[in-house]
Amino acid sequence: MSPTTFGWLILLFPLLGTIVIGLSYPRLSGRAAGWIGTAAIALAFASAIGALITILGHSENHRELTSSLWNYDVTVGVNAQLSILIDPLSVFMALIVSGVSMLIHVYSVAYMDSDRGYTRYFAYLNFFVFSMLLLVLAGNFLLLIIGWAFVGAASYMLISFWYRRKTATQAGMKAFVINVLGDVGLVFGTFFIFKHTGTLDFVSAFRDVPHVFTHNQGDLVAGCLLLLVGAFAKSAQVPLHTWLPDAMEGPTPVSALIHAATMVTAGVYLIARMHPLFEQAPAAADVGAVVGCATLLIAATIAIVVTDIKRVIAYSTMSQIGYMIMGVSVGAYSAALFHLMTHSFFKALLFMSAGSLISAMGGEQSLDKMGGFRKAMPFTFICFIIGGLALSGMPPFSGWLSKDDIIAYLDHRGGAFEVLGILGYVGALLTGIYTFRMIFRAFFGTPCEEARELEQGHLFHAEVPFNPQTGEQEDTDVGFPGPAHHIAERDPVMKAPMGMLALLAVVGGVLQIPGIDNGIQRFLAPTFADSRLVRDAPSTGSDWLGLAVGAVIAIIGISIAYRVWIVKPGTSTKLRERFALPYTLFVNKWYFDELIDFAVVRPAQWGGRFADSVLERVVIAGGVTGSVTGLVRAGSAAVRRAQTGFVRYYAALVVVGLSGLVLYFLITST
Amino acid sequence: MPIGWYLVLSALIFCIGAAGVLTRPNPLVILLCLELMLNAANLSLVAFSRMWGGEDGQVFALIVMVVAACEVTVGLGLIVAIYRRQMAINVDELNELHG
Repeated sequence: MSPTTFGWLILLFPLLGTIVIGLSYPRLSGRAAGWIGTAAIALAFASAIGALITILGHSENHRELTSSLWNYDVTVGVNAQLSILIDPLSVFMALIVSGVSMLIHVYSVAYMDSDRGYTRYFAYLNFFVFSMLLLVLAGNFLLLIIGWAFVGAASYMLISFWYRRKTATQAGMKAFVINVLGDVGLVFGTFFIFKHTGTLDFVSAFRDVPHVFTHNQGDLVAGCLLLLVGAFAKSAQVPLHTWLPDAMEGPTPVSALIHAATMVTAGVYLIARMHPLFEQAPAAADVGAVVGCATLLIAATIAIVVTDIKRVIAYSTMSQIGYMIMGVSVGAYSAALFHLMTHSFFKALLFMSAGSLISAMGGEQSLDKMGGFRKAMPFTFICFIIGGLALSGMPPFSGWLSKDDIIAYLDHRGGAFEVLGILGYVGALLTGIYTFRMIFRAFFGTPCEEARELEQGHLFHAEVPFNPQTGEQEDTDVGFPGPAHHIAERDPVMKAPMGMLALLAVVGGVLQIPGIDNGIQRFLAPTFADSRLVRDAPSTGSDWLGLAVGAVIAIIGISIAYRVWIVKPGTSTKLRERFALPYTLFVNKWYFDELIDFAVVRPAQWGGRFADSVLERVVIAGGVTGSVTGLVRAGSAAVRRAQTGFVRYYAALVVVGLSGLVLYFLITST
Repeated sequence: MPIGWYLVLSALIFCIGAAGVLTRPNPLVILLCLELMLNAANLSLVAFSRMWGGEDGQVFALIVMVVAACEVTVGLGLIVAIYRRQMAINVDELNELHG
């Protein structure tokens, strides 16, 4: 089979899974829906491997294949085809998406076990994977936009999955609105590109770019900036990031899948896919790099002070995606995509471990109430440590090789990029601190009541289920989380995917060791063959220098966390008092929510009220509607008088009218 | 015989019918006058048909007769309905539909 056939199969299986689970919803009992969903994604993953093997069989110059199923719309100047593009980049993304999704499906089979919306959950999850795969396999801008919007919709459905929880539905709406803003950016950006290239197809559009656009041409920069708006919204970059921490209202496996491993990396993929555009418009690319850098620092500072364990991981996701956006914007494509891959492994692992921990706490997510779970949950603890070490960039874990690869590239480009690189190291230091703050607070110290009970062999259950954000009481019916909690220690179905990801988080880095195999870089090389920036890659020596600095910084970060939270447990309170001002800033998330509220929400509300009181009531209801009805009423009053009701009067009118007509024709004919 | 005479006769009958419709208040008479008008039209149709030597006009005349029969049926039905309701058989008094 050809790679494109496999490409279509990758899309087919999750779609089939959605349809089958969605339609047979009342007949599926027990864990059937979960296993069907998992099988669908496993088949998609197998197809992705098939695509990988077949594409490696082609020679390096022939690894870019398109296939069109049918013409959706081909008309004057627009060629909207249902086509996919199979090249190393899309195969790489499809492998990560389907692979990590498969593991998370397995985890969910157990984790969501007692939830009344079990079947619905897997239908949504399959739909999400389908959308994401559509996004990465799309062969033209149109299909990319469709996949992009589908992913936003799937994210909305899954964040609001517990639809009776008010905080969850509000978070879903917030995410959806911000994502739609990104969609709009993407559509307008596409238009700017299309205006000049005249084609929606990726391959031909990118081939034309150097001919139709001059360096930093206004329209191209505008288009790229609009594409960046789309990327920022989807990848939770400042200032469109506020939805991501709120998205933690969804079930924990959803956070692992969508808000860590796959969906939020769509922006990184977008920039990598559009690299011929961005290289022709360095002004826009620089904006991407600066925003990525700002995001990684802002998110890291917030992650140090928030107490909700899922939100700590969410902010660390934002921060890591900041690295990736910065990487792809400056041309470190293979490093950024490598980081995307390793990040999806260790971040999914961290979320899964956090899910297990939250289950042990009976749904409680606050770090303030956790403590000392090390002995009670050895497996979760080991997974968390592995994920944490990979995240903070400790050698030889995968995150070290990938993150510091990006920073090494920045340092190599020099100039202002050097500053971004140094800020990247600052972020790395913060990463080490907040990751191990979380680990030390949850797993070390005196065991909390729940941990002690678990050591005795009893899994803690809250007496009444409650919302971890507001503390409101809930029940366990449909629309709320189910009654039973599952921890990895007791459920091999959860243990298996976590073990797998832990293994990948440790050894995933071997795919690209500078100077030894450079696997990712060599595999992706055909996609980035036309890139000028790639040719100017740092030497192996400077790469290793960057890695060494990164390792030292990670160790410093972890030791600071160790000193603050283990050696002298009271230090954090003292630090908080000493640095009250930055602490207030960080704990209020840099006031971004308030800023958006002030800058966007309030003017919009004011505009709405104005439109209601003035436009709607005075102009529309009074002016337009009122005058039209008055006109019609007066007109009909005049006409009504002609209707006398006398039959002979009507007959006479007909006769007179006809005679008049006949006379007219007689006169004009002579 | 030249066609003119036929047309003059037809026009006369038509005008008699039209005058009847306009002047008489009794619906029965109005129906009769309508028949007159229709048959005046028939006459000219047949006359023209003779003139051209084809049969299209005659076919039209037959169809007009069918329509006339239907129309009379409906009209008489209406008159019977009016009578049953004990209302005046006078079109000038049936003016409920004025504006």
